[in-house]
Amino acid sequence: MFDFLSDYDVLGAFWVNVQLTVLAAIGSLIWGTILVAMRVSPVPVMRAFGTAYINLVRNTPLTVIIVATSLVLSQTFQVTLGADNFKDIGFRLAVLGFIAYTSTFVCESLRAGINTVPVGQAEAARALGLSFTQVLRIIVLPQAFRSVVAPLASVLIALTKNTTVAAAIGVGEAALLMKEMIENESDALFLVTAMFALGFVILTLPTGLLLGWVAKRVAVKR
Amino acid sequence: MSAPSVLYDAPGPRARQRNLLYAGLFVLVFAGLVYLGLVAMNDKNQLDWDKWSPYLAGLDSWTTYLLPGLRGTLIAAGLSILMALPIGALFGIARLSDHAWIAKTAGTLVEFFRAIPVLILMFFANTFYVQFTDFGRDVRPLYAVCTGLVIYNSAVIAEVVRAGILSLPKGQTEAALAVGMRKGQLMTSVLLPQAVTAMLPALVSQVVVIVKDTALGGALLNYSELMSTVGEAAAFYGGNIIATLTIVAVIYIVINSLLSWVANRLERWLRTRKKGTGAVVGAEMMEEQAPGMGITETPAGR
Repeated sequence: MFDFLSDYDVLGAFWVNVQLTVLAAIGSLIWGTILVAMRVSPVPVMRAFGTAYINLVRNTPLTVIIVATSLVLSQTFQVTLGADNFKDIGFRLAVLGFIAYTSTFVCESLRAGINTVPVGQAEAARALGLSFTQVLRIIVLPQAFRSVVAPLASVLIALTKNTTVAAAIGVGEAALLMKEMIENESDALFLVTAMFALGFVILTLPTGLLLGWVAKRVAVKR
Repeated sequence: MSAPSVLYDAPGPRARQRNLLYAGLFVLVFAGLVYLGLVAMNDKNQLDWDKWSPYLAGLDSWTTYLLPGLRGTLIAAGLSILMALPIGALFGIARLSDHAWIAKTAGTLVEFFRAIPVLILMFFANTFYVQFTDFGRDVRPLYAVCTGLVIYNSAVIAEVVRAGILSLPKGQTEAALAVGMRKGQLMTSVLLPQAVTAMLPALVSQVVVIVKDTALGGALLNYSELMSTVGEAAAFYGGNIIATLTIVAVIYIVINSLLSWVANRLERWLRTRKKGTGAVVGAEMMEEQAPGMGITETPAGR
Protein backbone atom coordinates (compact mmCIF):
# COMPACT_ATOMS: atom_id res chain seq x y z
CA MET A 1 0.00 0.00 0.00
CA PHE A 2 2.86 2.36 0.78
CA ASP A 3 5.28 1.02 -1.85
CA PHE A 4 4.85 3.92 -4.22
CA LEU A 5 6.12 6.32 -1.56
CA SER A 6 9.70 5.30 -2.23
CA ASP A 7 9.43 6.89 -5.69
CA TYR A 8 8.81 10.32 -4.23
CA ASP A 9 10.83 12.56 -1.94
CA VAL A 10 8.02 13.67 0.36
CA LEU A 11 10.28 14.74 3.22
CA GLY A 12 12.47 16.65 0.79
CA ALA A 13 9.41 18.54 -0.49
CA PHE A 14 8.35 19.48 3.02
CA TRP A 15 11.92 20.50 3.74
CA VAL A 16 11.61 23.02 0.89
CA ASN A 17 8.51 24.45 2.61
CA VAL A 18 10.40 24.70 5.89
CA GLN A 19 13.31 26.47 4.18
CA LEU A 20 10.95 28.87 2.41
CA THR A 21 9.21 29.58 5.70
CA VAL A 22 12.37 30.22 7.70
CA LEU A 23 14.06 32.43 5.08
CA ALA A 24 10.89 34.39 4.35
CA ALA A 25 10.19 34.77 8.08
CA ILE A 26 13.62 36.26 8.73
CA GLY A 27 13.38 38.53 5.69
CA SER A 28 9.88 39.76 6.43
CA LEU A 29 10.76 40.40 10.06
CA ILE A 30 13.55 42.73 8.89
CA TRP A 31 11.56 44.44 6.11
CA GLY A 32 8.44 44.55 8.30
CA THR A 33 10.38 46.29 11.07
CA ILE A 34 11.70 48.88 8.60
CA LEU A 35 8.15 49.39 7.31
CA VAL A 36 6.70 49.87 10.78
CA ALA A 37 9.50 52.29 11.63
CA MET A 38 8.40 54.34 8.62
CA ARG A 39 4.72 53.96 9.44
CA VAL A 40 5.02 55.39 12.94
CA SER A 41 7.79 57.88 12.17
CA PRO A 42 7.23 61.63 12.59
CA VAL A 43 8.15 62.20 8.92
CA PRO A 44 4.93 62.44 6.87
CA VAL A 45 6.49 61.26 3.57
CA MET A 46 7.73 58.06 5.18
CA ARG A 47 4.39 57.47 6.89
CA ALA A 48 2.64 57.91 3.54
CA PHE A 49 5.01 55.45 1.85
CA GLY A 50 4.52 52.88 4.61
CA THR A 51 0.74 53.18 4.48
CA ALA A 52 0.64 53.02 0.68
CA TYR A 53 2.92 49.97 0.56
CA ILE A 54 0.82 48.12 3.15
CA ASN A 55 -2.50 48.90 1.48
CA LEU A 56 -1.29 48.00 -2.00
CA VAL A 57 0.53 44.76 -1.16
CA ARG A 58 -1.99 43.48 1.38
CA ASN A 59 -4.83 43.76 -1.08
CA THR A 60 -2.98 41.97 -3.88
CA PRO A 61 -3.34 38.17 -3.94
CA LEU A 62 -0.13 36.40 -2.94
CA THR A 63 -0.49 34.33 -6.11
CA VAL A 64 -0.24 37.48 -8.24
CA ILE A 65 2.89 38.59 -6.36
CA ILE A 66 4.60 35.21 -6.67
CA VAL A 67 3.74 34.87 -10.37
CA ALA A 68 4.91 38.46 -10.89
CA THR A 69 8.33 37.68 -9.41
CA SER A 70 8.71 34.98 -12.02
CA LEU A 71 7.17 36.72 -15.06
CA VAL A 72 8.47 40.22 -14.36
CA LEU A 73 11.73 39.87 -12.45
CA SER A 74 12.99 36.63 -13.97
CA GLN A 75 11.58 36.51 -17.49
CA THR A 76 11.47 40.21 -18.35
CA PHE A 77 14.45 41.59 -16.44
CA GLN A 78 16.51 38.38 -16.25
CA VAL A 79 17.03 38.82 -12.52
CA THR A 80 18.73 35.68 -11.20
CA LEU A 81 19.41 36.70 -7.58
CA GLY A 82 22.82 35.06 -7.85
CA ALA A 83 21.51 31.60 -8.69
CA ASP A 84 22.71 29.72 -11.75
CA ASN A 85 20.00 27.13 -12.27
CA PHE A 86 16.26 27.26 -12.77
CA LYS A 87 15.43 25.55 -9.49
CA ASP A 88 17.39 27.98 -7.33
CA ILE A 89 16.14 31.04 -9.19
CA GLY A 90 12.52 29.99 -8.62
CA PHE A 91 13.21 29.30 -4.95
CA ARG A 92 14.87 32.65 -4.35
CA LEU A 93 12.20 34.56 -6.26
CA ALA A 94 9.53 32.84 -4.16
CA VAL A 95 11.33 33.86 -0.96
CA LEU A 96 11.43 37.44 -2.25
CA GLY A 97 7.69 37.37 -3.02
CA PHE A 98 6.86 35.94 0.41
CA ILE A 99 8.96 38.62 2.09
CA ALA A 100 7.21 41.41 0.16
CA TYR A 101 3.80 40.02 1.14
CA THR A 102 4.34 38.75 4.69
CA SER A 103 6.20 41.87 5.81
CA THR A 104 2.94 43.83 5.55
CA PHE A 105 1.37 41.55 8.15
CA VAL A 106 4.48 41.72 10.33
CA CYS A 107 4.32 45.51 10.09
CA GLU A 108 0.65 45.65 11.08
CA SER A 109 1.22 43.28 14.02
CA LEU A 110 4.13 45.36 15.29
CA ARG A 111 2.15 48.56 14.90
CA ALA A 112 -0.76 47.06 16.82
CA GLY A 113 1.73 46.06 19.51
CA ILE A 114 3.10 49.58 19.81
CA ASN A 115 -0.43 50.94 19.99
CA THR A 116 -1.27 48.71 22.97
CA VAL A 117 1.24 50.66 25.08
CA PRO A 118 -0.71 53.49 26.76
CA VAL A 119 0.58 56.98 25.93
CA GLY A 120 0.79 57.67 29.68
CA GLN A 121 3.67 55.18 29.91
CA ALA A 122 5.82 57.23 27.57
CA GLU A 123 4.68 60.51 29.07
CA ALA A 124 5.62 59.33 32.54
CA ALA A 125 9.00 58.15 31.23
CA ARG A 126 9.67 61.51 29.57
CA ALA A 127 8.59 63.33 32.73
CA LEU A 128 11.22 61.33 34.62
CA GLY A 129 13.80 62.70 32.17
CA LEU A 130 14.46 59.56 30.12
CA SER A 131 15.83 60.18 26.65
CA PHE A 132 14.16 59.00 23.43
CA THR A 133 16.28 55.85 23.21
CA GLN A 134 15.74 55.12 26.89
CA VAL A 135 11.96 55.50 26.53
CA LEU A 136 12.04 53.07 23.61
CA ARG A 137 14.44 50.58 25.19
CA ILE A 138 13.19 50.48 28.76
CA ILE A 139 9.51 51.42 28.56
CA VAL A 140 7.82 51.05 25.18
CA LEU A 141 9.49 48.18 23.29
CA PRO A 142 9.50 45.63 26.14
CA GLN A 143 5.75 46.09 26.55
CA ALA A 144 5.15 46.12 22.80
CA PHE A 145 7.17 42.94 22.19
CA ARG A 146 5.21 41.05 24.82
CA SER A 147 1.91 41.80 23.15
CA VAL A 148 3.01 40.91 19.60
CA VAL A 149 4.00 37.30 20.30
CA ALA A 150 0.54 35.97 19.46
CA PRO A 151 -0.02 38.01 16.27
CA LEU A 152 3.50 37.28 15.01
CA ALA A 153 3.01 33.57 15.69
CA SER A 154 -0.18 33.70 13.63
CA VAL A 155 1.73 35.42 10.83
CA LEU A 156 4.39 32.69 10.96
CA ILE A 157 1.78 29.95 10.71
CA ALA A 158 -0.03 31.70 7.88
CA LEU A 159 3.34 32.00 6.13
CA THR A 160 3.97 28.27 6.55
CA LYS A 161 0.69 27.52 4.82
CA ASN A 162 1.28 30.21 2.20
CA THR A 163 4.59 28.67 1.10
CA THR A 164 2.47 26.22 -0.93
CA VAL A 165 1.70 29.11 -3.29
CA ALA A 166 5.29 28.78 -4.55
CA ALA A 167 3.88 25.87 -6.57
CA ALA A 168 2.49 28.53 -8.91
CA ILE A 169 6.01 29.18 -10.24
CA GLY A 170 7.07 25.55 -10.15
CA VAL A 171 9.07 25.47 -6.91
CA GLY A 172 9.25 21.80 -5.94
CA GLU A 173 7.51 22.02 -2.58
CA ALA A 174 4.91 19.84 -0.88
CA ALA A 175 1.75 21.02 -2.67
CA LEU A 176 3.32 20.59 -6.09
CA LEU A 177 4.53 17.11 -5.18
CA MET A 178 1.09 16.25 -3.90
CA LYS A 179 -0.45 17.34 -7.20
CA GLU A 180 1.99 15.12 -9.07
CA MET A 181 1.39 12.18 -6.75
CA ILE A 182 -2.41 12.23 -6.83
CA GLU A 183 -2.30 12.44 -10.61
CA ASN A 184 0.10 9.49 -10.94
CA GLU A 185 -1.16 7.26 -8.12
CA SER A 186 -4.87 7.53 -8.82
CA ASP A 187 -5.82 4.79 -6.34
CA ALA A 188 -4.10 6.49 -3.43
CA LEU A 189 -5.88 9.87 -3.51
CA PHE A 190 -7.10 9.78 0.08
CA LEU A 191 -3.90 8.33 1.45
CA VAL A 192 -1.71 10.93 -0.26
CA THR A 193 -3.98 13.82 0.73
CA ALA A 194 -4.13 12.63 4.34
CA MET A 195 -0.35 12.36 4.38
CA PHE A 196 0.21 15.92 3.13
CA ALA A 197 -2.56 17.33 5.32
CA LEU A 198 -0.97 15.65 8.31
CA GLY A 199 2.40 17.06 7.31
CA PHE A 200 1.04 20.60 7.48
CA VAL A 201 -0.79 19.92 10.73
CA ILE A 202 2.54 18.73 12.16
CA LEU A 203 4.23 21.90 10.89
CA THR A 204 1.62 24.38 12.09
CA LEU A 205 -0.32 23.06 15.07
CA PRO A 206 2.56 22.63 17.57
CA THR A 207 3.88 26.07 16.63
CA GLY A 208 0.43 27.53 17.23
CA LEU A 209 -0.10 25.76 20.54
CA LEU A 210 3.41 26.52 21.83
CA LEU A 211 3.50 30.17 20.80
CA GLY A 212 -0.12 30.66 21.90
CA TRP A 213 0.90 29.42 25.33
CA VAL A 214 3.98 31.65 25.36
CA ALA A 215 1.87 34.62 24.27
CA LYS A 216 -0.52 34.09 27.18
CA ARG A 217 2.39 33.84 29.62
CA VAL A 218 4.14 37.00 28.54
CA ALA A 219 1.09 39.17 27.73
CA VAL A 220 0.84 42.37 29.75
CA LYS A 221 -2.29 42.23 31.88
CA ARG A 222 -4.26 45.41 31.39
CA MET B 1 1.82 65.15 14.25
CA SER B 2 -1.69 65.67 15.45
CA ALA B 3 -2.34 62.67 17.68
CA PRO B 4 -0.04 62.19 20.66
CA SER B 5 2.32 59.33 19.89
CA VAL B 6 3.68 56.91 22.41
CA LEU B 7 7.02 57.01 20.61
CA TYR B 8 7.67 60.66 19.87
CA ASP B 9 7.31 63.92 21.70
CA ALA B 10 5.90 66.90 19.85
CA PRO B 11 8.83 68.01 17.66
CA GLY B 12 10.67 71.20 18.56
CA PRO B 13 12.51 73.46 16.09
CA ARG B 14 15.57 71.21 15.79
CA ALA B 15 13.53 68.03 15.47
CA ARG B 16 11.40 69.66 12.81
CA GLN B 17 14.51 70.57 10.84
CA ARG B 18 15.87 67.04 11.19
CA ASN B 19 12.55 65.57 10.04
CA LEU B 20 12.65 67.81 7.01
CA LEU B 21 16.14 66.50 6.22
CA TYR B 22 14.96 62.89 6.57
CA ALA B 23 11.98 63.60 4.35
CA GLY B 24 14.25 65.11 1.69
CA LEU B 25 16.65 62.18 1.80
CA PHE B 26 13.81 59.68 1.63
CA VAL B 27 12.21 61.38 -1.36
CA LEU B 28 15.60 61.44 -3.13
CA VAL B 29 16.26 57.72 -2.57
CA PHE B 30 12.69 56.79 -3.49
CA ALA B 31 12.71 58.90 -6.66
CA GLY B 32 16.07 57.37 -7.60
CA LEU B 33 14.70 53.83 -7.23
CA VAL B 34 11.58 54.68 -9.24
CA TYR B 35 13.79 56.21 -11.93
CA LEU B 36 15.98 53.09 -12.10
CA GLY B 37 12.86 50.94 -12.36
CA LEU B 38 11.45 53.03 -15.17
CA VAL B 39 14.77 52.98 -17.05
CA ALA B 40 14.89 49.18 -16.73
CA MET B 41 11.30 48.93 -17.99
CA ASN B 42 12.08 51.29 -20.86
CA ASP B 43 15.07 49.16 -21.87
CA LYS B 44 12.76 46.17 -22.25
CA ASN B 45 10.19 48.25 -24.14
CA GLN B 46 7.65 47.72 -21.36
CA LEU B 47 6.80 51.41 -21.22
CA ASP B 48 5.78 51.65 -24.89
CA TRP B 49 2.30 53.02 -25.37
CA ASP B 50 1.18 50.05 -27.47
CA LYS B 51 1.87 47.80 -24.48
CA TRP B 52 -0.50 49.81 -22.28
CA SER B 53 -3.02 51.11 -24.80
CA PRO B 54 -5.16 47.93 -24.96
CA TYR B 55 -6.16 48.55 -21.32
CA LEU B 56 -6.00 52.31 -21.04
CA ALA B 57 -7.44 53.28 -24.41
CA GLY B 58 -9.41 50.26 -25.61
CA LEU B 59 -12.51 48.38 -24.53
CA ASP B 60 -11.79 45.06 -26.28
CA SER B 61 -9.26 43.95 -23.67
CA TRP B 62 -11.83 44.59 -20.95
CA THR B 63 -14.75 42.83 -22.61
CA THR B 64 -12.66 39.89 -23.89
CA TYR B 65 -10.33 39.23 -20.97
CA LEU B 66 -10.60 41.32 -17.83
CA LEU B 67 -14.34 41.53 -17.19
CA PRO B 68 -15.06 37.81 -17.89
CA GLY B 69 -12.08 37.05 -15.66
CA LEU B 70 -13.43 39.29 -12.94
CA ARG B 71 -16.78 37.54 -13.28
CA GLY B 72 -15.07 34.20 -12.68
CA THR B 73 -13.35 35.58 -9.58
CA LEU B 74 -16.58 37.01 -8.15
CA ILE B 75 -18.59 33.86 -8.88
CA ALA B 76 -16.08 31.62 -7.11
CA ALA B 77 -15.75 34.02 -4.16
CA GLY B 78 -19.52 34.59 -3.88
CA LEU B 79 -20.46 30.91 -4.05
CA SER B 80 -17.77 30.04 -1.52
CA ILE B 81 -18.82 32.59 1.09
CA LEU B 82 -22.51 31.71 0.66
CA MET B 83 -21.82 28.01 1.25
CA ALA B 84 -19.21 28.53 3.96
CA LEU B 85 -21.48 30.75 6.09
CA PRO B 86 -24.12 28.17 7.14
CA ILE B 87 -21.57 25.36 7.49
CA GLY B 88 -19.27 27.59 9.51
CA ALA B 89 -22.11 28.80 11.72
CA LEU B 90 -23.12 25.20 12.39
CA PHE B 91 -19.61 24.23 13.45
CA GLY B 92 -19.12 27.38 15.48
CA ILE B 93 -22.27 26.69 17.46
CA ALA B 94 -21.43 22.99 17.74
CA ARG B 95 -18.10 23.93 19.28
CA LEU B 96 -19.94 25.79 22.06
CA SER B 97 -22.23 22.82 22.72
CA ASP B 98 -22.74 21.59 26.27
CA HIS B 99 -22.23 18.03 25.06
CA ALA B 100 -18.52 17.42 25.26
CA TRP B 101 -18.41 14.95 22.36
CA ILE B 102 -20.09 17.40 19.96
CA ALA B 103 -17.86 20.27 21.06
CA LYS B 104 -14.71 18.13 20.87
CA THR B 105 -15.51 16.70 17.43
CA ALA B 106 -16.38 20.10 15.99
CA GLY B 107 -13.30 21.64 17.61
CA THR B 108 -10.97 19.00 16.21
CA LEU B 109 -12.38 19.33 12.70
CA VAL B 110 -12.15 23.13 12.80
CA GLU B 111 -8.56 23.16 14.06
CA PHE B 112 -7.57 20.48 11.55
CA PHE B 113 -8.89 22.30 8.51
CA ARG B 114 -7.51 25.64 9.67
CA ALA B 115 -4.07 24.04 9.78
CA ILE B 116 -4.09 22.90 6.13
CA PRO B 117 -3.20 25.14 3.19
CA VAL B 118 -6.24 25.82 1.04
CA LEU B 119 -4.25 24.77 -2.05
CA ILE B 120 -3.97 21.19 -0.74
CA LEU B 121 -7.76 21.09 -0.37
CA MET B 122 -8.24 22.43 -3.91
CA PHE B 123 -5.90 19.83 -5.42
CA PHE B 124 -7.69 17.09 -3.50
CA ALA B 125 -11.13 18.30 -4.60
CA ASN B 126 -10.04 18.53 -8.22
CA THR B 127 -8.66 15.00 -8.40
CA PHE B 128 -11.60 13.71 -6.37
CA TYR B 129 -14.04 15.12 -8.93
CA VAL B 130 -11.99 13.64 -11.78
CA GLN B 131 -12.10 10.18 -10.27
CA PHE B 132 -15.52 9.94 -8.69
CA THR B 133 -17.80 12.23 -10.65
CA ASP B 134 -18.47 13.04 -14.29
CA PHE B 135 -18.38 16.82 -13.93
CA GLY B 136 -17.42 18.31 -17.26
CA ARG B 137 -14.09 19.94 -17.92
CA ASP B 138 -15.85 23.34 -18.01
CA VAL B 139 -17.26 23.29 -14.48
CA ARG B 140 -14.82 21.06 -12.64
CA PRO B 141 -12.23 23.77 -11.87
CA LEU B 142 -14.95 26.00 -10.42
CA TYR B 143 -16.26 23.17 -8.25
CA ALA B 144 -12.76 22.28 -7.10
CA VAL B 145 -11.88 25.87 -6.22
CA CYS B 146 -15.16 26.37 -4.36
CA THR B 147 -14.85 23.06 -2.51
CA GLY B 148 -11.38 23.97 -1.27
CA LEU B 149 -12.44 27.47 -0.29
CA VAL B 150 -15.65 26.28 1.40
CA ILE B 151 -13.89 23.66 3.53
CA TYR B 152 -11.17 26.05 4.65
CA ASN B 153 -13.39 29.08 5.19
CA SER B 154 -16.09 27.11 7.01
CA ALA B 155 -13.43 26.37 9.61
CA VAL B 156 -12.42 30.04 9.78
CA ILE B 157 -16.04 31.24 9.96
CA ALA B 158 -16.75 28.68 12.68
CA GLU B 159 -14.10 30.43 14.75
CA VAL B 160 -15.53 33.84 13.88
CA VAL B 161 -19.01 32.75 14.97
CA ARG B 162 -17.63 31.30 18.18
CA ALA B 163 -15.69 34.49 18.87
CA GLY B 164 -18.83 36.51 18.10
CA ILE B 165 -20.94 34.56 20.58
CA LEU B 166 -18.21 34.65 23.22
CA SER B 167 -17.81 38.41 22.74
CA LEU B 168 -21.34 38.99 24.06
CA PRO B 169 -21.69 39.96 27.72
CA LYS B 170 -22.49 37.04 30.02
CA GLY B 171 -25.57 38.88 31.25
CA GLN B 172 -27.29 38.16 27.94
CA THR B 173 -27.15 34.40 28.56
CA GLU B 174 -28.04 34.74 32.22
CA ALA B 175 -31.03 36.99 31.52
CA ALA B 176 -32.34 34.69 28.80
CA LEU B 177 -32.05 31.63 31.07
CA ALA B 178 -33.61 33.59 33.93
CA VAL B 179 -36.75 34.32 31.93
CA GLY B 180 -37.04 30.59 31.23
CA MET B 181 -35.69 30.24 27.69
CA ARG B 182 -34.39 26.90 26.56
CA LYS B 183 -30.87 26.48 25.21
CA GLY B 184 -32.11 26.48 21.62
CA GLN B 185 -34.17 29.61 22.14
CA LEU B 186 -31.24 31.28 23.88
CA MET B 187 -29.06 30.61 20.85
CA THR B 188 -31.54 31.46 18.08
CA SER B 189 -33.30 34.49 19.55
CA VAL B 190 -30.70 36.07 21.85
CA LEU B 191 -27.11 35.09 21.11
CA LEU B 192 -27.01 34.48 17.34
CA PRO B 193 -28.73 37.69 16.19
CA GLN B 194 -26.34 39.78 18.29
CA ALA B 195 -23.32 37.66 17.36
CA VAL B 196 -24.07 38.03 13.64
CA THR B 197 -23.97 41.82 14.00
CA ALA B 198 -20.81 41.67 16.08
CA MET B 199 -18.99 39.51 13.57
CA LEU B 200 -19.97 41.43 10.42
CA PRO B 201 -16.60 43.26 10.18
CA ALA B 202 -14.65 40.01 10.51
CA LEU B 203 -16.86 38.33 7.89
CA VAL B 204 -16.43 41.11 5.34
CA SER B 205 -12.72 41.02 6.06
CA GLN B 206 -12.71 37.28 5.38
CA VAL B 207 -14.28 37.88 1.96
CA VAL B 208 -11.08 39.75 1.07
CA VAL B 209 -9.10 36.61 1.90
CA ILE B 210 -11.47 34.52 -0.23
CA VAL B 211 -11.19 36.87 -3.21
CA LYS B 212 -7.41 36.69 -2.97
CA ASP B 213 -7.43 32.89 -2.68
CA THR B 214 -9.50 32.45 -5.84
CA ALA B 215 -6.35 33.50 -7.74
CA LEU B 216 -4.87 30.13 -6.74
CA GLY B 217 -7.52 28.42 -8.84
CA GLY B 218 -6.54 30.51 -11.83
CA ALA B 219 -2.83 29.87 -11.45
CA LEU B 220 -2.90 26.18 -10.62
CA LEU B 221 -6.27 24.61 -11.50
CA ASN B 222 -7.05 26.18 -14.90
CA TYR B 223 -10.07 27.94 -13.48
CA SER B 224 -10.65 30.94 -15.71
CA GLU B 225 -10.70 34.01 -13.52
CA LEU B 226 -8.87 37.32 -13.30
CA MET B 227 -5.45 35.84 -12.56
CA SER B 228 -5.57 33.31 -15.39
CA THR B 229 -6.40 36.03 -17.91
CA VAL B 230 -2.90 37.47 -17.41
CA GLY B 231 -1.22 34.85 -19.57
CA GLU B 232 -3.83 34.93 -22.34
CA ALA B 233 -4.12 38.70 -22.54
CA ALA B 234 -0.37 39.31 -22.38
CA ALA B 235 0.18 36.78 -25.17
CA PHE B 236 -2.51 38.36 -27.34
CA TYR B 237 -1.28 41.93 -26.89
CA GLY B 238 2.33 41.16 -27.72
CA GLY B 239 3.93 40.27 -24.40
CA ASN B 240 2.83 43.28 -22.35
CA ILE B 241 3.22 41.23 -19.19
CA ILE B 242 3.98 44.15 -16.86
CA ALA B 243 1.04 46.21 -18.09
CA THR B 244 -1.33 43.23 -17.79
CA LEU B 245 -0.14 42.25 -14.32
CA THR B 246 -0.38 45.87 -13.18
CA ILE B 247 -3.97 46.25 -14.41
CA VAL B 248 -5.01 42.93 -12.86
CA ALA B 249 -3.34 43.82 -9.56
CA VAL B 250 -5.08 47.20 -9.57
CA ILE B 251 -8.48 45.52 -10.06
CA TYR B 252 -7.81 43.21 -7.10
CA ILE B 253 -6.59 46.14 -5.01
CA VAL B 254 -9.69 48.24 -5.78
CA ILE B 255 -12.11 45.42 -4.90
CA ASN B 256 -10.27 44.44 -1.74
CA SER B 257 -9.77 48.03 -0.60
CA LEU B 258 -13.49 48.64 -0.94
CA LEU B 259 -14.25 45.51 1.10
CA SER B 260 -11.69 46.47 3.75
CA TRP B 261 -13.14 49.96 3.92
CA VAL B 262 -16.64 48.53 4.45
CA ALA B 263 -15.29 46.22 7.16
CA ASN B 264 -13.63 49.11 8.97
CA ARG B 265 -16.72 51.31 8.74
CA LEU B 266 -18.86 48.47 10.11
CA GLU B 267 -16.43 47.99 12.97
CA ARG B 268 -16.40 51.68 13.84
CA TRP B 269 -20.19 51.80 13.68
CA LEU B 270 -20.50 48.78 15.98
CA ARG B 271 -18.03 50.20 18.47
CA THR B 272 -19.65 53.61 18.70
CA ARG B 273 -23.39 53.00 18.32
CA LYS B 274 -25.61 53.54 21.33
CA LYS B 275 -27.77 50.47 20.78
CA GLY B 276 -26.46 46.99 21.49
CA THR B 277 -23.75 45.68 23.75
CA GLY B 278 -20.77 47.10 21.84
CA ALA B 279 -19.47 43.56 21.32
CA VAL B 280 -17.51 43.21 18.09
CA VAL B 281 -15.13 40.78 16.40
CA GLY B 282 -12.48 42.98 14.84
CA ALA B 283 -11.80 43.09 11.11
CA GLU B 284 -8.04 43.19 11.51
CA MET B 285 -5.75 40.26 10.79
CA MET B 286 -8.38 37.88 9.46
CA GLU B 287 -5.81 36.40 7.13
CA GLU B 288 -3.44 35.06 9.74
CA GLN B 289 -5.95 32.83 11.44
CA ALA B 290 -3.74 30.34 13.15
CA PRO B 291 -4.84 26.91 14.33
CA GLY B 292 -4.51 26.54 18.08
CA MET B 293 -5.14 30.23 18.70
CA GLY B 294 -8.49 31.88 19.19
CA ILE B 295 -9.53 34.86 17.11
CA THR B 296 -10.13 36.95 20.20
CA GLU B 297 -6.49 36.55 21.22
CA THR B 298 -5.38 38.66 18.27
CA PRO B 299 -5.58 42.25 19.38
CA ALA B 300 -7.24 44.64 16.99
CA GLY B 301 -4.73 47.29 16.04
CA ARG B 302 -6.03 50.81 16.17
